[in-house]
Order: sequence, then structure tokens, then C-alpha cells
Amino acid sequence: MAVKFNMALAGNPNAGKTTLFNALTGSRQHVGNYPGVTVDKKEGVYTVDDFSVNLIDLPGIYSLSPYSEEEVVARDYLVENRPDVVVNIVDAANLERNLYLSCQFMEMGVPMVIALNMMDVAAKRGIDVHHKKLAKLLGVPVCPIVARSGKGIKELMQVAVRVAEHHKVWQPLNISYGEELDSLIIDLKAKVEAAAFMTCDYPASWTVLKYLEEDDLHISRGDDDNPLISKELQKEVAIISEHMEQTISSAPDAMVADHRYGFIKSILRQNVMHYTIDQNRMHTSDKIDMVVTNRFAGPIIMLLILFGVYKFTFTYSAIPVEWCELFFSWLGGTVDSLLADGYMKSMLISGVIDGIGGVLGFVPLIMFMFFCIALLEDSGYLARVAYMMDRIFRTFGLHGSSVMAFIISGGIAGGCAVPGVMATRTLRSPRERMATLLTVPFMNCGAKLPVLALLIGAFFSENKAQYMFFLTLLAWVVALLVAKVLRMTLLRGEATPFVLELPPYRVPTFSGLMIHTWEKTWQYIKKAGTVILGISIILWAMMTFPGLSSEQEAVFTARQEAILGQQSPEGVAGLESGEVTAEGRALNQALLQLANVRSEAALRHSIAGQIGTSLESLSQYAGFDWRTNIALVGGFAAKEVIISTLGTAYSLGEVDPEATGSLAETLKRDSGWNKVKAFSVIVFIMFYAPCFVTVACIIKEAGHWKWGWFAMAFNTAFAFSLSTFVYQIGTRLF
Amino acid sequence: MAKILVRNMQKHQQGVVTAVKVGGILGQRIREMGLMPGSKISVQGRAPLYDPVAIRIMGGTLTLRNAEADYIEVEVQD
Repeated sequence: MAVKFNMALAGNPNAGKTTLFNALTGSRQHVGNYPGVTVDKKEGVYTVDDFSVNLIDLPGIYSLSPYSEEEVVARDYLVENRPDVVVNIVDAANLERNLYLSCQFMEMGVPMVIALNMMDVAAKRGIDVHHKKLAKLLGVPVCPIVARSGKGIKELMQVAVRVAEHHKVWQPLNISYGEELDSLIIDLKAKVEAAAFMTCDYPASWTVLKYLEEDDLHISRGDDDNPLISKELQKEVAIISEHMEQTISSAPDAMVADHRYGFIKSILRQNVMHYTIDQNRMHTSDKIDMVVTNRFAGPIIMLLILFGVYKFTFTYSAIPVEWCELFFSWLGGTVDSLLADGYMKSMLISGVIDGIGGVLGFVPLIMFMFFCIALLEDSGYLARVAYMMDRIFRTFGLHGSSVMAFIISGGIAGGCAVPGVMATRTLRSPRERMATLLTVPFMNCGAKLPVLALLIGAFFSENKAQYMFFLTLLAWVVALLVAKVLRMTLLRGEATPFVLELPPYRVPTFSGLMIHTWEKTWQYIKKAGTVILGISIILWAMMTFPGLSSEQEAVFTARQEAILGQQSPEGVAGLESGEVTAEGRALNQALLQLANVRSEAALRHSIAGQIGTSLESLSQYAGFDWRTNIALVGGFAAKEVIISTLGTAYSLGEVDPEATGSLAETLKRDSGWNKVKAFSVIVFIMFYAPCFVTVACIIKEAGHWKWGWFAMAFNTAFAFSLSTFVYQIGTRLF
Repeated sequence: MAKILVRNMQKHQQGVVTAVKVGGILGQRIREMGLMPGSKISVQGRAPLYDPVAIRIMGGTLTLRNAEADYIEVEVQD
């Protein structure tokens, strides 16, 4: 392994770039992030002959204009890292459009090889491409490949390595952009070269082009580098702009784009591309679209597919999720029997094992969800969903692609916000994406459901189904309205233009699906796992310390002894030997009751309990007493915790979320509870701070801590206002 | 021959782009995707709520919201 090369893979979305990357690197790849943005950075290694090639999979882009994060990332990568060779993957069935990007790479002058992919698809569509002729006219090596089957890949890499060896200097291509611009370009290029204006990083002609295109990003860099010459260039461009506007009502950037396509057309026309079939003929993909995006059948098929995804994810993941839960409860049990009672054991079980279990318990769910998304995305269907739903979601400042995230988070009651937040990655417009990932936690996820079911069962038992349905609708309405408000305030800004390609339908490759599913699941385990463990321990400490004072402890010990003292010697003996007598049972009952009262006292005395009690002065406006407060504080960790904490607070001991009968009865009989309070609590639980796993994911996906804090603070304040409103109005009306 | 906006094109109607009347980053993106004077396009369909519109261009399918399609002027056969 003597020589090492850096190779970048670049190309249009849907040109088969990822397929090629997977075929080249297989499992020898890892995913990271480009600093400061959420674009995935994939790297891998490939060996050919005696060379070791370090491959970077650049994000899929249509051009090098700074239109989206992806384009900026790809462009910066090329300039800052100067890869030895760029493999530009090009879709042979959509050659003209794909070559637009190639043309821009050539203007930059990067050493390049064109991988002419999907030769098989092109042939089927009656498009005949002469790759040798194309290579000759472009002056760039062109290798025909079929990335899916691996055909031509080895030859491609051999050619790429040769280019990397021999083309060390960047040689920008000069094409004509029209007489008027050409003479100006020559002038400006001389100025740029004379002043050595950014010439270390960018070819002079490229800088001139970017100024002509009024590329904000490049101009702001120019302003930093040399404001004088930058201003001069801008002035010259402004003059020609005005002139072109008046004479031909066009603009320099339009002119440049026009001539790039002109250059491409002139090459393709020289017998590079032949059509053997009429191109207006309907392809299979178009025929599928006739049905799948049909005005009537389309929405129905979409609902069925989305419902199918939901069913598949939550039904089939239930079994492995159960295995995970069984494993962790076994682990908890083992620790319980091995260690002596005390804080160490309590922390290991309630803090560490429950915490990690909480995160890993989601893993099968996440895997199934990502598998479905990968399937929908790779097949091309997800783009159709965005296309069909866009009109509705745009009204709320969102994007057609947002629908997936909402459904997964619990749009049909019982999803999970964690995969929902992660599903927003398929959204390409940053503001719409932020608004989506901040509002999906409002949906009724599977962890909120048992809590809602408990309260509905206790207070609104006459119309359970109707109430559940109403709460699902309420979640949608609130989430969409909040998204609208966010888009008008914090995330204000024009809707990102919806220039979306509908790629032809394709059968996804199995290995591609597996790789995508696994890499995203692993990212989740790594990120969420570390954060949650810490927080889970903190929460355990808050609900455990400072514990009962020694006086209180003494009172409980005395009461316990009093109970034991009341019993006849036979009863005590029966208790010890495990013999079940009526007396023994009564004794056990009394001891259990005492232990529960003791737990309640300890919880009230703990930091969480003290917070709950001190919050009473505020929370009374929404009708919450200290018991409810503690449970809701616990719900910050995970919504399931609300039930078990309420159980402890009402001296019922541990309550199983699956069997809440006794808790429902207790709440029903408690004079502090009524329908209005129950509804106020329901509203609060639906909309307050997302659980910690979700917050961790929001931070990861939004790329900044502040959004995690925002989600917790804003949602809680918002939920509290709603609950207060419900409670105040409700108590006056009923 | 008549010049109309993409919004007013019928399904499966063909035409040739005559002007893209928007500048800046949106105009650039529209042109980069191949929608520029001289390009042959046809309307492949519309979403269930009549927006966005799917356009066939250069062998691919592109979708645009009506608000964006309104910048694109097309010459069609009467």
C-alpha cells in the first residue's frame, strides 16, 4: 500500500451515488457530520491495485450554487480538502441535466472522471450514449458503469487512480458565456490575478464567474479577503447587469446558466446521444405515477402505505422491544439479588439499568422505522408523498415531506417522537425542517397513551374511543398551529422553493437498505445513549435524596415494630416460614401498606418532591397538586414514569403502566380530582416538554443545544398556559 | 402559437419555455434544473390539490409549486 489518494464522489441526487459508494466500500464506511451542519459525511476505504483510496461521499447536489447546505458543504470540501480526484457520477438516462454539474466541476478545474451510471436503464429507455465520443469532446475520462450490479466499477477506479496520479494541477475549463460577458471575464480575470485575489484557494476565472452569478457566499468571502477588489468586481458586475437588463432583459447569472447548457447541448448534438425510441413514450415509472399520484387513488394509496409503515414499525418491533425489556428487567433482578440494599444498588437499578434500558428499548423501533423510510426513499415513493401533501402542509409553513415525521411521532396515536425527530432528515429545507422537528413531539406517542388512557378511563369512561380520537385530532391541530406560529416568528422566512425531482421508481437493493438502516440506528445508540445515562442518574438522585430524616425514619421503624408486635408468635413464625395463613396475609398487607406510606413520605421529602411542593403555588392555577407535580417532573425523563410516580405519590407502591386499575380507582375517589382537573392534566401531558431521549435527538438534529432548551421551556410554558386556561374556564363552567 | 404560464397548461400539454421571469437564487435553481428559454417541457400531472405541478423535462420529472411555475412562460401550440 504505497500510495494513498483522496477521492470524492459527487453527483446529482438519484444518480446512484450512494449505490456506488456502498458497492465500493461495503461495510468499511463510517458516517460523521460536517462541522456545524446536519449533512452526513460518509467516508470509506477502497483498495485498487497497489493504491489505497480514501473515499468521501459528498452530498447529492444539482449544482455548485449555494442553494442548500448540501451544495455549500460539497463546494467547501472540494476547495478546502483538494481531493486528488473527483468521481462525478452521472445518470446516463438523464444526461443533459446531470452534465450541468459536471460542467461546473470543469469550470473549477478539479481532476475528474465521469462515471456514466445506469447504462442499462438508458438502454431500456432507448437512449444510446457513446461514452468514448463524450470523453473526447469533454476532455475528461468517461467510464460506463452499472453501480447496482457492480459492472465497470473496477475499471472506473483504475482510471480514477491514473487521473489522481497525473493531474496534480487544477485546470479550469473556459467556455464561452456570450460575447459581452467573455470580454468582461477576461478583464476581471486579469484584475483578480494581478491582486492575487483568493487565488490560493480558487481559480481566478471561477471567482469571476461567482461574482457574475452574484453568489453571496463567495462574495462575502471576497469581502473578508480584500474588500477593495471585491467592491470593484461588484461594481463592474452591477454595470453589466444593468446594461443587460435594459438591452436584452436578461441577467449575467441567467446568461451563464444558458451558456453552460449551450455547451452541453453542443456536445450531445455531435453524435454523442441517440434516441432509438420516441422520448414522449410513457415509461413504466410514468405508468405507476398515473395511478399512485392520481387525484383520487393517490391519497388513498398514500394513507394505506403510511398506515402500513406505522403498523409494521410498531407491531413487528413489539417482539424485539419486549426481548429488550425482558433482558433489562432480568438484569435489574440479577443486580437486585446480588447486591445488598442501599444507594449503590438503587442507583444501579433505577438510574443506570432503567436509563440504558430506556434508550436501548427504542432500538428495535428505530431500526424498523429507518428500514421503512429507507425503503420509501430508495424506491422513490417518499418524493411522491411530499408532492401530494405539500399543498396542505405549506399552509402551516411546513413542507410536503413533513408528513412522515408527524405520522411516526404519533399522528395515528401511538408512535414515538424519537424516530419522528430523526425522520425529519429527509427534509431539505432548513426552516421547514426545524418547524417540523420542534412540533412533532406534540403528537400522542406510545408512552403518553397509557397515561391518557388512565385518566380517560377514570374520568371519561363513558366515551373512551371518542375521547381518544378527539385527543389525536387535538394533537394535530395544536402541532400544525404551533408550527405556523413558529414559522411566523422564530423561524420566519420565505417558504423554501419546492423544486423537487420525482425520481423514477426503482427497486431498492437489499444491501443498501441494510446499510442505511444500520448506520442511522448506530448513530442513535451512540448519541442518545451517552446523554440519557447521565440524565437518568440525575433524575434518580432527585427522586431519592435527601431521603427521610432520622426522626421520620424512627417513626416508621417504630410503626413497623408495632405491627410486628401485635402479632401472635405463630403469625410471625408463619411470616418467616412463608406459610400462608390469614393472619400472615393480614400482616403482610399491613407491612406493605406501611412501606408504601414510607415511600410516599420519602418521595415528598426528596428534591423532586420539594420541587413539586414548591411549584404548587404556581401549578394550582392549572389545578395540579404536589403529587401531580412530582409525577410530571418524572415525566421529563419518560412519559411512562408519570404513572409509576403517581402510584408512589398516592402510596400505592410501584404501579405497572399495563395494569392501572387501582390507581384509576384511587384518583376517582380522591376529592382533589375531578373531570376538569383530569382534562387539564391530559392537556399538559400532551404538550409539555418532550422526554429526554427526544430532547437529545432534537439537539442532535437541530445542531445546537439551545433548541433542546427551547423545546423544554417553550413546550412546558405553552402546555401550562393551555392547562391553566382549561382549568380556569372549566371550574367556572362546571 | 400562444404564450401562457405553466399554471395554465393542460395535463400532457407540451410547450417550449420562452422566459423565466425571476432572478436571484430561485431563478438560478429553476434554470439549473433545465427550465430555461428553449427547453421543451410537458405537464405530466398535478398533485391532488392542483398544486404542485409535475413537469417532464430533459427525460426527468420535476415538481414546482404554482407560485414558482408562475415565473415560467411557455409557448404552446393552439
